Amino acid sequence: MQKSLHINPEKCTGCLQCEMACSFENYGTYAPAKSRIKVFDFHHTGRKVPYTCTQCDEAWCLHACPVEAITVDKATGAKVVNETTCVGCKVCTIACPFGTVNYVQETGKVQKCDLCGGDPACATACPTGAITYIDANWTGLNKMAAWADKLGNQPAA
Amino acid sequence: MSWAGKILRVNLTAGTVTSEPLNMTWARQYLGSRGLATKYLVEEMDAKVDPLSADNKIIWATGPLTGTMASTGGRYTVVTKGPLTGAIACSNSGGYWGAELKMAGWDMVIFEGQSAKPVYLSISDDVAELKDAAHLWGKSVWETEEILKKQAQDPQVRVSSIGLAGENQVLYAAVVNDLHRAAGRSGVGAVMGSKNLKAIAVRGTKGVGNIANPKEFMRVTFEKKKILADNAVTGQGLPTYGTQVLMNVINEVGALPTRNHRDVQFEGAKDISAEAMGTPRESDGKPQLVTNQACFGCTIACGRISKIDKTHFSVVNKPQYWGATGGLEYEAAWALGAANGVNDLEALQYANTICNEQGMDPISFGTTLGAVMELYEMGVITKEMLGIEAPFGSAKALCELADLTANGQGFGKEIAQGSKRLTAKYGHPELSMSSKGQEFPAYDARGIQGMGLAYATSNRGGCHLRAYTVASEVMGIPVKTDPLVAEGKPELVMAFQDATAAFDSAGVCVFTTFAWGLADLQPQIAAACGDEFTLENLALIGERVWNMERDFNNRAGFTEKDDSLPARLLTEAAKTGPAKGLVSKLPEMLPKYYEVRGWDSGGRLKPETRTKLGL
Repeated sequence: MQKSLHINPEKCTGCLQCEMACSFENYGTYAPAKSRIKVFDFHHTGRKVPYTCTQCDEAWCLHACPVEAITVDKATGAKVVNETTCVGCKVCTIACPFGTVNYVQETGKVQKCDLCGGDPACATACPTGAITYIDANWTGLNKMAAWADKLGNQPAA
Repeated sequence: MSWAGKILRVNLTAGTVTSEPLNMTWARQYLGSRGLATKYLVEEMDAKVDPLSADNKIIWATGPLTGTMASTGGRYTVVTKGPLTGAIACSNSGGYWGAELKMAGWDMVIFEGQSAKPVYLSISDDVAELKDAAHLWGKSVWETEEILKKQAQDPQVRVSSIGLAGENQVLYAAVVNDLHRAAGRSGVGAVMGSKNLKAIAVRGTKGVGNIANPKEFMRVTFEKKKILADNAVTGQGLPTYGTQVLMNVINEVGALPTRNHRDVQFEGAKDISAEAMGTPRESDGKPQLVTNQACFGCTIACGRISKIDKTHFSVVNKPQYWGATGGLEYEAAWALGAANGVNDLEALQYANTICNEQGMDPISFGTTLGAVMELYEMGVITKEMLGIEAPFGSAKALCELADLTANGQGFGKEIAQGSKRLTAKYGHPELSMSSKGQEFPAYDARGIQGMGLAYATSNRGGCHLRAYTVASEVMGIPVKTDPLVAEGKPELVMAFQDATAAFDSAGVCVFTTFAWGLADLQPQIAAACGDEFTLENLALIGERVWNMERDFNNRAGFTEKDDSLPARLLTEAAKTGPAKGLVSKLPEMLPKYYEVRGWDSGGRLKPETRTKLGL
């Protein structure tokens, strides 16, 4: 079963535990500036929205890479950057429609979410369930269940 | 480890910014944030300096857990000598600013001297420079943040600044970061204003990386986050209702000071409670509360985000206030509401918004306004002086006087002096509900006896955050004690004071203590900083910090006479509720408190206490 990261912005409180977990996993430091998942804060509405790579099947970044540095992790479906192959040309950052591949000045390579090899640190760290790692075929299950609950659980007329 | 190991020293008179290594000997003895910044202050500065002069220093400090995955690890403290009290001022804030400073590679910033013209400090990782703030002077906190982010072309710059209240040196002006998180009390914003320092803008991309035992730190912080999640207060009460969960509770126990502490229960409490904030309004069918919000790293998320009723008289034709913004916390809702007999929830939200926008402590403002309203009802202060009728319960007076005070206009200039100076000027010093010149927060000393002792002995003046014995006396955390008796309270207050000092010095939020004891904090600090931080060591650090602050106050001229409460709390009995007929039993508690503290009858540290604590 393939899983995907599922984001529910309504549950996000803006604590940034996910960003710290991501940077710790990849760099060993707590540095939201280096995180591959970003939480956006819309203060006029009070909404917070976490955003990261959704691992497209026909990934623009993968197809655009001239040196085939981006490959598919067969177990997780993640599109993974091979740092030894990456030449830092940044074409993938242009190709990605969502902006979730980014260049890292310090390494001269690009970085993107690789699902931590199948156990995403951001989802583990999220205290509210705003970020979950669930069955890719059923990311809508909870929402469906919530609506079904209105029909199934209300007292009979 | 876990400290950045570097501090910034900014001389505002000379216009210089220099880097120096953190004094690691002091870091091991005073941990960080509150404790460590206070150590620097007391070592470097004469306790008798005028708080608003160039001789005072002001320090922004993070703790070893700031900027880490320890829950609530985003806090910073502003330490200086306070203009409202003349005592040590130490005010901490959440939001994101503290973590950003740490991630830029700095444990603290020490400001000394006074700038000839408005300046702000810009920090981008290793690069720190003073810049001209002519274009920011006269701007609100909100405008200042927006301008600095635009100027840096980086929305992720974090700003800690003052608004008009700080510029006007309102004696209880706050330092505000991230729009509505505040180092709110003791007038730290006025000190900033007196130095012509408008803001500190910081961007930190380096992160916090030198954790002593990273694997163990991840394990133990995860385990402790689970304790917070499973606890009824930190896992349910605070995220759902915020601190406002207390309004009806404290009213029930008869400890909700009302109309300048004339009463201990407020008939309008339910109208300004958490439940009211969540109830749809008649005008637009929506509740005032929009959502909860977390500070950096916080897994509790007690913060309130609210939207004011657009049709309320206070915001008609003021669309800038119609969006979502910081909502009412319990202390502010009490100070702006019950303390003045005002039960108009929207008016409270308006006054609270002005406090955030212009950087002003709603507790001291609200409590001072309570004294003004009492003097108004006595005929001492008149409509002609105020420009408005101001009997208890007037929502119009609340909103208008909040504007005037923050903007330094009209009678607002007098309210800006705080209740002690204002009531003395009008011949009724007994009406100032304060200790050491700082106004009380939202618990009546007659109905919760431990809080009377906590107020009287608080090192920064009347305050609930130095020893929150409400936890024990009302909520039964960690053990239930009887709120109406004096017995056992000196020991209880001391235990809370010392433990709180340790939590504050670590860089985490004191709200964790509803679920965590020192024994929960200790393994997180040990994993981050080293095994020398045992439980005994941490307890000693808390006690050392408390006594160091006290010692500073003694040298500043405070004596046992200042460990006092207003006559109203000592002689006028509570009229209703469980505490009916009771006054504060402070005289019974204070000598015993000195004894357990190891202080002499004048409230000064005995030589053996100094030796024990290494002071």
